[in-house]
Amino acid sequence: MAIPQLLVHDKRDNVGVVVVENLKAGDEMLCVVTEDNSDFTLAAKEDIPIGHKVALVDIDKGETVIKYGEDIGRVITTVATGGHVHVHNLKTKRW
Amino acid sequence: MSTQNIFMGYRRENDRVGVRNYVVILPLDDISNAACEAVANNIKGTIALPHAYGRLQFGKDLDLHFRTMIGTGSNPNVAACVVIGIEPGWTQKVVDGIAATGKPVAGFAIEKHGDITTIAEASRKAKEFVHWATECQREECDISDLWISTKCGESDTTSGIGSNPTVGNMYDKLIPKGICGVFGETSEITGAEHLCKSRAATPEVGEKFMKTFQAYQDEVIEAHKTTDLSDSQPTKGNIEGGLSTIEEKAFGNLEKIGKQVSFIDVLGPAEEPAKGPGLYFMDSSSAAAECVTLMAAGGFVVHAFPTGQGNIIGNPILPVIKITANPRTIRTMSEHIDVDVTGILTRELTMDQAGDKLIDMIIKTANGRMTAAEALGHIEFVMTKLYRSA
Repeated sequence: MAIPQLLVHDKRDNVGVVVVENLKAGDEMLCVVTEDNSDFTLAAKEDIPIGHKVALVDIDKGETVIKYGEDIGRVITTVATGGHVHVHNLKTKRW
Repeated sequence: MSTQNIFMGYRRENDRVGVRNYVVILPLDDISNAACEAVANNIKGTIALPHAYGRLQFGKDLDLHFRTMIGTGSNPNVAACVVIGIEPGWTQKVVDGIAATGKPVAGFAIEKHGDITTIAEASRKAKEFVHWATECQREECDISDLWISTKCGESDTTSGIGSNPTVGNMYDKLIPKGICGVFGETSEITGAEHLCKSRAATPEVGEKFMKTFQAYQDEVIEAHKTTDLSDSQPTKGNIEGGLSTIEEKAFGNLEKIGKQVSFIDVLGPAEEPAKGPGLYFMDSSSAAAECVTLMAAGGFVVHAFPTGQGNIIGNPILPVIKITANPRTIRTMSEHIDVDVTGILTRELTMDQAGDKLIDMIIKTANGRMTAAEALGHIEFVMTKLYRSA
């Protein structure tokens, strides 16, 4: 199996995690869902560091971000498919 | 699946098994640190555990102080213990607590003697204990004699993908073999408390967990928070590593308890498990050194510590095994890592293989292999204090 650039925990997730260093904007990523080993491809919209999240679909402002099949917060701006999801646009619903 | 079921350990007087053989010089209080360090300097093969507290504490905070002191001295990784305090009353209380294990322990009070006389007398006793301890031999022990704790640190998203589920896989395999396990980090369950509750063995244990979790939220977080925990949760390191919210961190954190086992009781900080083999939750800070110190005081003898960005913590009496799945951390700070599971990210290592790799390292560590943290001299001993002293 080819080495993936992006791993997704759960089929329900709308974000995945970059697992390689030096990922550049425009790079075509092999994405693997660890739950069932299914895969797909997706283009990164930005340079995204290892460990950081990528939107798998367009996520509208206010919408919930799902990872591990669970609610991990909401986005405060709309994020396009392939965009970087992190503290600049994703906030906890608590605290 | 790993088939190693035995290791070579030190069976203690109370039938618990240690994997190290320390003679500890334990200060009851902050002002006795100097005497303890002097004794440890005089007598080779001993280790002093200086800390910041022990004076004017009261109520639950004082109870925790004694529990941590007594638990540390009682840990099976400690062969014998010298306790030094400023006065005899509280010193004797710690000595009596440790003596309940049956191991050699002696107390010395500084008042009416001064540091120099106390150091001389305590050094003679420490020397006796070193000779005694170094005659102890390792013997073959069943894996069920291992008490294995876990807590993660400087986590990132690779922790949730790789190093944390590796620990979970280890617990799924070893808990059924009769070990005791413990996880904690009360604040880092925030957002995943419903999932954690669902992993309790009975509804009563689930309610006990929720009560503990809510008390932490009300008494610690809500009472002192600013808008967003001031960048403490997630930490700057977590954020650098890609973790964005406390919920994301919490779900990753819970990967450490595997998929099959459920926890059978909720322990107070530094409390020893009393319900037999199984997984326990310990109410504890999420700060690495504080949490690991509490787990050592609870009687755990090996610690599995997954990290993403590279937490470097160790403990003076509890060997801390570092596991990472982050290739950048392996590239930049490999001297701190014992178990490399980066293959999970490249899909070259299955979770089953990663769990076995960790179990192999746990057995090696139990047999005497020094961890990266031990070789690098990380001996962070940090007492948890619940509130200001009187």
